Parts: sequence; C-alpha cells; structure tokens
Amino acid sequence: MASQFDVIVLGGGPAGYICAIRSAQLGLSTAVVEREKLGGVCVNIGCIPTKALLHSAYIASLLKESKDFGVEASGVKTDYGVAMKRSRRVSDQNSKGVEFLMKKHKITVIKGTGVVQPGKKVKVGSDVHDAKKAVVIATGSRVKGIPQIGLEINKTTVISSDEALLLERVPDSLAIIGAGAVGMEFADIFQAFGVKITLIEALPRILPIEDAEASDVLTKSYRKRGIDVIAAAKITKATVGKDKVTLDVEAGSEKKQVVAGAVLMAAGRAVNTENIGLKECGIQLTDRGFIKVDKNLQTTAPGYYAIGDVAGPPMLAHKGFREGAVAAELIAGQKPHPIKYDNVPSVTYCHPEVASIGLTEDQCKEQKLDYVAGKFPFSANGRARGTGETEGFVKILRDKKYGEILGAHIVGAHASEMIHELAVARENEYTVEEIDLAIHAHPTMSEAIGEAALDSLGRVLHI
Amino acid sequence: MATKVHMEALSPTMEEGRLVKWTKHEGDAVKSGETLAEVETDKAVMELVARADGQLIKVMVPEGTTVPVGNVVAWIGKPGEKVDGAGSQESGAGAAKAAPAAAEPKAAPAPVRTPTAATPAPVSVPAEATRVKASPLAKRIAKDAGVDLKLVQGSGPGGRVIKRDVEGGAVQAQAAAAPAPSSRLPTPGVPYEDIPLTQIRKTIAKRLVASIGPIPHFFLTTEIDMERAAEAREALNRQLGEDGGKISFNDIVIKAVALALVRHRACNAWFQEDHIRYWNDVHVGMAVAIEDGLITPVIRNADIKTLSEIGAEARELAGRARNRRLKPEEYTGATFSVSNLGMFDIDQFTAVINPPEAGIVAIGTIVPKAVPDGDRVVVRRRLRVTMSCDHRVIDGATGAAFLKTLKQMLENPLAMLL
Repeated sequence: MASQFDVIVLGGGPAGYICAIRSAQLGLSTAVVEREKLGGVCVNIGCIPTKALLHSAYIASLLKESKDFGVEASGVKTDYGVAMKRSRRVSDQNSKGVEFLMKKHKITVIKGTGVVQPGKKVKVGSDVHDAKKAVVIATGSRVKGIPQIGLEINKTTVISSDEALLLERVPDSLAIIGAGAVGMEFADIFQAFGVKITLIEALPRILPIEDAEASDVLTKSYRKRGIDVIAAAKITKATVGKDKVTLDVEAGSEKKQVVAGAVLMAAGRAVNTENIGLKECGIQLTDRGFIKVDKNLQTTAPGYYAIGDVAGPPMLAHKGFREGAVAAELIAGQKPHPIKYDNVPSVTYCHPEVASIGLTEDQCKEQKLDYVAGKFPFSANGRARGTGETEGFVKILRDKKYGEILGAHIVGAHASEMIHELAVARENEYTVEEIDLAIHAHPTMSEAIGEAALDSLGRVLHI
Repeated sequence: MATKVHMEALSPTMEEGRLVKWTKHEGDAVKSGETLAEVETDKAVMELVARADGQLIKVMVPEGTTVPVGNVVAWIGKPGEKVDGAGSQESGAGAAKAAPAAAEPKAAPAPVRTPTAATPAPVSVPAEATRVKASPLAKRIAKDAGVDLKLVQGSGPGGRVIKRDVEGGAVQAQAAAAPAPSSRLPTPGVPYEDIPLTQIRKTIAKRLVASIGPIPHFFLTTEIDMERAAEAREALNRQLGEDGGKISFNDIVIKAVALALVRHRACNAWFQEDHIRYWNDVHVGMAVAIEDGLITPVIRNADIKTLSEIGAEARELAGRARNRRLKPEEYTGATFSVSNLGMFDIDQFTAVINPPEAGIVAIGTIVPKAVPDGDRVVVRRRLRVTMSCDHRVIDGATGAAFLKTLKQMLENPLAMLL
C-alpha cells in the first residue's frame, strides 16, 4: 500500500523523530520510516542505556566510599546483568515514549528499510511512498571496528558498544580502544563492575577533543581508580583468540603487551549511507563520507534534506535534534534561526563528568586569540566539599578585549547539567561580566562558574 | 492611553512656534488629520493637526505662547482620562524630531509607494524612539568601534544586533554593499535605509571638506545627443494635441534622472554627518528661479510618474513657486536635484548641491553641432550635462556610472520604458 505525505523522514532516531514532530506541528502530513526501534541509537543502544549503567556504576563507587560518610554498607555485590536489564527497561520506556509522540502528532510510522528514489519517493519493501514537499534523510551512524589492524567486530572477543550494552556478565578484563566519550564512559562503567580496564588512545591524550586540562584531571582520576590509561598509543599487532585478545601496544619508547578477555572498539562511527538510493537521486557525499548539505541542510538533490549524524559532525543527538527542527521549519517555508555549530555543548558522562562549549585553550592559542583563562577548582567550592566531589574545575576562556566567552570547560560532578549556563550565555553573547552579574545560589556547584568568570577578570573571591 | 500633541517642526528650519489660535478646544472630539491649532513658524502661519482620534482632553499652552518644537501642547484621549500635567516641560532634540514623524503608531502613515502630490516632509526617526536591541557583546564592540547601534541592522532573533553585525569587517561590508552603483532600489515598504559611515567614508568626508568647503564637490560633464529625445518629444506633443499641456525637455530630463537614480541608488542619498541615508523613493528637486532667488520644488516619486504628470506638476509647482505659494513640504525632501539654465542659452555650467542631497545635474542648452558620424559629419542636437557630486557620498566612478545611464536614457528615450 503506497501513500502520499508532505514529508517523509528516513530514520526514527533523534534527528528524524524531532523533524517529524516539528513538521507535524507545522501542519505537514508526515511519515517516519524506521527499520528497528524508534529513538534510534540514542534511545536504544547509545545515550540513554549508558546513562542508566553509569548511574549503576556511580552507586557502586559511592557505596565503596560510604563509610567515610558514616554509612557502612557491607556485602556490597555488583551484578552487571541486573544493571543491564534495568538499562533495557529505561531504553524501552523511552522508545515507547517516542512511539507515543508519533501517535500524538498523527505521524505515520512505516516499519522497514527505506530507500530513496528520484522524484521525492521513498520505497519501503514493495511500497513506494510519495513526498510532496521533501524527503529527509536521517539514517544515522553505527559502530565500526578497525579491520586494518585485525580488529574486526566479532561480537564475542572483539565487541562494540552494541554488544557491551547487552552483556549478561562482564569479562575479567577489557581493553578499550578509543578514549572519546564512548570509551571513557564504558571504562567508568566496567571498572565499577570489577573489570580490569586498559584504556588505549591513539592521540596524545584521552578525551582528545576536550581541553587538555580536562584530559589531565581524567587521566589522574582513572589511574587512581586502577584503570590503565595508555595515550599516544599505537597497536602494532592484534591477536584475536577464542577467549582472549592480545594487543602489542607502543606508546612513545615503551612497548607493552596487553592481554584482555575482550576488546571494546570505541574509535569512531560509520555513517549509514549505503544502499539507501543516494546515488540514484543525485545525492553526493563529502570527502569524509557524510551526505553533503548546504547551510539549509539541503542535499545536492533538490527536495532532499539530510540531518543528524549522516549530515556531518559533531555526531551528537542534540545537534541532530536541532537540525531536525530546523529542517522541518525550512520545509514549511519558515525562516528558522541558523544553527550555531560552534555552540553545541559536548558532554562525557564519566565520573567526574566533562562538559564543554566553544574553543579549548589550545585552540585559542592556535588561533592566536588574545584571551585570559579564568579557573576555579571544585576543591574550593563548599557544595562540592560537602558531597565529597571535589575533583575538577570550571575554566572560562575570556576574550581580553570584549570579554566574550570564547570557550568554557567544566570537569566535575554534574558538569553535564551546569554547562548550559554557558550555552545560554554564548548563544546570547553575554560576556563574563553578565555571568558574574547573575547571582548564583549558595551553596551550589554552579558558584564555581561565577568564580571562574571573576577569575578571568582578576577578581576571584574564594581562592 | 492618552496621546501627546507636540509642537511640530512645521518648516525645516523651525525651532519654535507661536500658538496663534486653538481651533479645537478642551472637550472637543478630534479626528486624526483635523486641524487643532494655528501656529506661526519662522516662515508662515501653519496648521497643527491631530495625530490621533479622541477627545482634546487637555490644552497645555494658552494662545499667544511661543513653544519650542517638541514640547507637549495638548493631550488627546478618552473623555475623562487623566493626563500628566508635567508633560509641557518635556523637551529635547529627540522629542522635537519625534513630532513630525508621528511618533504615535496610530498616526504613522502606511509606507505605500504611490505618486502623491505632497507627502509629509521626511524627517529623521527620533533616536529615543528606537530602543536598541543588542547583545552585551555587540554593545561592547560597538562602543569600542564607535558604531552607532541604532544604525545597525540586527541579524539576531527579532532583529537583535549581534556580534557579527558590528564587527569591523561586517559594518564596512554592510555599508559598502548598499551603495553599490549597480544596486537597484529594494522592494518598496520603507522610505529609506541608513547606512553608517565607514572609516573610509569618514576620512573622505573629513579630508575633502578641508579642501573645498563644507561640501566637497566634484563635477562630471558629458555631452548627450538629444536628436531622438527631440523627435520623441515632438511626436508626443503632436499626440497630446493643442489641449494637453506640452512636454518640455526639462520634463524628459527629470524623468530620465529619476529613472537613472532608480538604477543608481548610490546617488539617491543624503549625507547625514555620521551616516548616509540611501533613499528608496526618488524625489527630484527642480530648481526654479524666482524674483529674488531660487527655490527647488520637488517632484515626488518622479520615477513612477508619467511624462504628462511630471509636466503638469512641474508647471503647477513652478507657477506657485514664482508666486511664493509653495508649502514647506513642497520644496523639501528632494533626494536629488536638477537645475536647468537651457532657456538662458547657457552651454554648460556647474550647479551647487542642495544639502543634504548628494548630487545635482546642471542642464545646459540644446545646440545643433557638427559631429562625426562614421566618416561623415552631421549636424545633431546636443546637450551638455554636468553633474555635481558630494564626494563624501559619491565617488567619481559612481557618478560616472549614473551619468552614463542618464545619457543612455536620453539618447534612446525608449530605454525609459524598460
């Protein structure tokens, strides 16, 4: 059975489902084509279940230290299988939530794999659906291995986050390749569940896209917990056995052999651009394999838009959300405010959390900007002392002349929640002085933001 | 809410006015546009009109009082409404300018671009009337760079001025983009667009003023073949017959100038000290010699009027100008002027710019001349036109491009139909 819609969205992940909701809000008849569960990677095998597991990990580590707080917990046992099942329930709830939202907005959900065709058509199975206004491609991305060095994902000893999220039991030891957000978060989770972790990063430091000081704090914190952190590492040889993997690793002048029960591949993702009819419609890709889009998210074929991971980095759900809404508004003939890609917050939910927006200090130096770094450590913050979460800092990079907030970096508990003060400030072009002028409640972790702003002006109060 | 009635600037040079007579009294119902009082200006007795509907609820100024422009002289509101008695103390340049611009939105005329005999004399929008929406960062950058935020077109949400609107390069690019010689008039709707002076324009303004008086003039002359214009004129006048008013060369020149200005917005501008105002409408001033001087009545929207309309209006205005019966709004607000001494057998001359306009063309007499045509020499009717340009606004190439278009229009009058 074929039908006609104003907008057909290919993919029901964050970018796709938001695009559908916004289109429906604007009075467009909308369909979403999804081959798996609504909510995409984020809801089912990404953002959401990992946050559930990270909280399990947090409780485990909290109980280890609870004696200091006057609460003695004896006989604490961890069971990854139970934590995993809870995380699945959370994912399912969220996926059902997206289903409900589709119904609420009278969006047709077409189950199956969609292929775009010329003339704004989408083929699903034997049905061909017509889009009167636009086809939106939001097919997302997937995990990938590194077959070049012999690490093809085999789902037993060489796994990706997809498998890690569904393990019933944890291995004794795990080598994680890639120390970006995914690698950092799984290192945190599995370490708390008693796994011996080796974290291997090819770039000179873990969390390579974050500020160097954030990497330093996390390196120290992880090493203190017993995680073996190897940065600037090169894997010269990988031997994949039936129940173990042996990696020959070179880091600087050091050579090391890492033996682990499994390897978790957390180095990059591949976009889903294959076999969806792009070429036939004249939709071109960039050199890096993303779908080529202009600033209005239009692909090289008129009437076809691309949003989310397939449309280019950063591959973040919240960037996809915004592109979904903007694409819908453009299709409806509105003039949405352009997306500021330099103002997309980046968050890693390891403990302590790392959240940032704008430039790093090294980028300020590279761009030869005249800046001042204002910094405030949580060790000097009353609230942080109270909860015993004194790791980390707030750092604000202030343009010397006008006080513009060039970048902001928070490492610490709840950093993911605190970064938005700086996102709002940057979006509205507030300077460090407006940050200071806003009264921050006491005692809160957020006071450290006000203090970092003051520090950048040479007027810090509490250190 | 009650609406203030201000002493308005009823002539361009008026700074205060004597309230001669209230024609409406407290308690009278008034309609927007109705005469409230007679006011003696520096030039004549003029009418002060209501800018709102309602009741004249309070008269603040007794007859015979001289009141500075901008002060509140009365209130219009609902019957029984209370007003602030201290309003008469209000003054200041902002208020003074506010009045004729009809600060109350109710009275603001819809900006529709239609030919009208006399639209109200254009005045600058009062500074205080526009609350500047700008980000804190943009404000700091603007302050440092000396950019007046009121003159910046904001690109943020709701027209908010943001960083990229005030950054050094952006301001200059914005200013440079608008007066590009080839730019056509934008879609109608707003009467003009203010573009802040860029640093280079500021320097040009300063340096050239030092060289040649307050307005740095320069002059461009071109000779135009009027053979086809003359033929067209004869044909049109034959068509109009004896009854209709004749079309003069002057009318044709005014029309051609107006059309050329549409294509060269950079010349349709006023120099305004810290910015250049690029007009979206074309109002051509026409210098008319009168007994003891000269006055320039304005043909408004000359670009969209027909030759017959221009001819009739020019004759009518010139007639009343000689009898000194022109109203201020009929001799102010030109965006460019034409001065014609052709009837006095002047071959060529330079006209003096009527500020704040940025240009004027001086029209000589049409004389038959021997000109080469291929390898022959033929006699053609030729006209020498000299354009005076305010160098703070118009550069040599800009003026030359305008003159080239004007020449093309006159040499091939059919081009005016394009």
